[in-house]
Amino acid sequence: MSRAPRQRNANAGALRDAPAEAARSAGVDDARASVLGAIGWALARDFRVALRSKGELGVQLLFYVIVVTLFPLATSPSPEILATLGPGVLWTSALLASLLSLPRLFASDYDDGTLEQIALSPRPLVALVSGKMAAHWLTTGLPVAAMAPLLGSQYALETPMLGTLTASLLLGTPILSLLGAVGAALTLGARGGGTLLALLVLPLYAPVLIFGAGAVDAVRAGVSATPHLSLLAAGLLLALVAVPFAVAAAVRIALD
Amino acid sequence: MLINWFRFSSPVSFYPLAGSWSYALGALAALLAGAGLVVGLWIAPTDATQGDAYRIIFIHVPAAWMAMFIYLVMAGWSAATLGFNTRLSAMMAQALAPTGALMAAIALWTGAFWGRPTWGTYWAWDARMTSTLILLFLYLGVIALRSAIEDPRRADRACAVLALVGAVNVPIIYFSVQWWNTLHQGSSISFTAAPKMAMTMFAGILIMTAAAWCYTIAIVLARVQAIIVERERGAGWLESLIDLRAGGNA
Amino acid sequence: MSPAILLEARRLAAQRGNARLFAGIEFTLATGEALVVTGANGSGKTTLLRIVAGLTIPAEGEIRWRGKATHPFDAHLREAVAFNGHSPALKDELSAEENLDAWTRLYDRGLAHERIADALDGVGLFGQRRLPVRVLSQGQRRRIGLARLALVRRTLWVLDEPLTALDAQASGVLGALLDAHLDAGGLCVAASHQPLPIAADRARGLVLGEPA
Repeated sequence: MSRAPRQRNANAGALRDAPAEAARSAGVDDARASVLGAIGWALARDFRVALRSKGELGVQLLFYVIVVTLFPLATSPSPEILATLGPGVLWTSALLASLLSLPRLFASDYDDGTLEQIALSPRPLVALVSGKMAAHWLTTGLPVAAMAPLLGSQYALETPMLGTLTASLLLGTPILSLLGAVGAALTLGARGGGTLLALLVLPLYAPVLIFGAGAVDAVRAGVSATPHLSLLAAGLLLALVAVPFAVAAAVRIALD
Repeated sequence: MLINWFRFSSPVSFYPLAGSWSYALGALAALLAGAGLVVGLWIAPTDATQGDAYRIIFIHVPAAWMAMFIYLVMAGWSAATLGFNTRLSAMMAQALAPTGALMAAIALWTGAFWGRPTWGTYWAWDARMTSTLILLFLYLGVIALRSAIEDPRRADRACAVLALVGAVNVPIIYFSVQWWNTLHQGSSISFTAAPKMAMTMFAGILIMTAAAWCYTIAIVLARVQAIIVERERGAGWLESLIDLRAGGNA
Repeated sequence: MSPAILLEARRLAAQRGNARLFAGIEFTLATGEALVVTGANGSGKTTLLRIVAGLTIPAEGEIRWRGKATHPFDAHLREAVAFNGHSPALKDELSAEENLDAWTRLYDRGLAHERIADALDGVGLFGQRRLPVRVLSQGQRRRIGLARLALVRRTLWVLDEPLTALDAQASGVLGALLDAHLDAGGLCVAASHQPLPIAADRARGLVLGEPA
């Protein structure tokens, strides 16, 4: 199934710099389109690459399930103890599962040279890394949050608690992806890899853990979880706005 | 007396300045520490509720404060590194991290020894201790990242980003741990419920804090000298400096 | 059309750790010119190329593009540069066609599939264009890199050892691409152990010294 080889006609027209240069003077709308386009590009590409390595994604989810299953074996299957442990265990395991998947975010692009090309493209790097982090969350955090009701019922959590657990994970796991991305970018090409990443990122995760697990605990105690969830939402907004700049800076430093 | 401060922004010119200030401040720190310990161990009265065991706060409180302050100063130097791309600001940040970690560790250690006789437990998960523990982890992270990256300039900038991200998070962490603690523990055990301060106790803590500041600056300047020697190895000015020292007066 | 000087390097110096790689490098490059950097292994050729492309911060000196001083990742420079480094920059999980489609959409406005298929045909990979890059050889991957140069229009080409793993036919394609690029007014800075397949009088040389 091959064509007859033929001479390619090289474009002999005078070379000019990329259309993006002309677009820059064309106004704010083009700039906005460029940002959204960049986010969309990175999201679509990373998502497609992730889907082609479904095995890797499956392993991470399996890790989450296994860790969650191990805790009752170490403590006790009695419903009261499980209900007390449940939110903490489910949240801490989500943290660990997130850590496990973080190297995937930048390391493979760094190794095969595509990260350089991304950083050298005319699109804003902040938008491109945002798209990557969004794809990471869709393939890691979102499945974890989706599985939470199922695993939560293993821990004898009642329905309102399951709802709060899912909501807290939906709000919290994007923050984990965002903060974790800073660590992943900073440790590119550094010795110590994944363990160093864990040391850097886990202290930053502490507030997310406190408010996330605390939300479910509040419901168990019969109190409203709204303060916790609101704080998580505020943290998410802050992280969405601020973290991509830190991540872009860290990527540039790593490529130096 | 107009000093052109920018003259000292290169490691070459800063080296001798660091040396003399380090000795001077070290001596001052020793004096202040001596005075502070005299106040704390002899002059300040025995506390009604906690007896003599409370005296450890003369080390514990200054250490805890310094752990916080040093992180802020480190973040400041980190911002200068990223903003101005200067070598010396990165070296200052690098020199501050170990002392900050040490202060946090001292605060935790002395806090444990305060807790044991006073409330019967070494570790009580109270808000300030837990936050200080997380602060120690942040320090250790910066130190670990520095040693994990080969190229010194890259390590400078990576650690600067990490320190700044940590600095933004520190208030959030403190707030969240405080929240967590008040929900779960009530205020039965709280290191903020220090003995009601007699003037002498307060003076003692202030003197010890000043001593800790002087010690910190002195040791950080000495450490910066070592870092300068290590990183500027191979630059001609270093050899000529050593020749001068060996030939003339120290 | 008298050649305008677009690229200037002034007093460039670089170091790796504590060792100085090179210092005092100066050159200018005008439209239609190519600069071939040679030197022993470890002399800093890759570092110099990365400085020109805007990836690495030089220890001293600056790069000027179109008269304006640039800093690393400068948008001004990014809009003009195509960088081919050591790695072919391809995702293993995607096919050659998908990789090129992604790059053309990132660097430009995206191209019709026929254009991409044509480019792959030009480097002899039409039949393999839908296979995951994972199964392709090193030489085939480098040829996809050549196709990328042809598809994504850029003024300044920075090529690190472009002849690596290329057979005679692929080298010919590279030569044709370079000739067309320089004819159209483009610039090229390349590091290469072997002579580039272009006319000798088009290429100026720059030799980096032995490492200390």
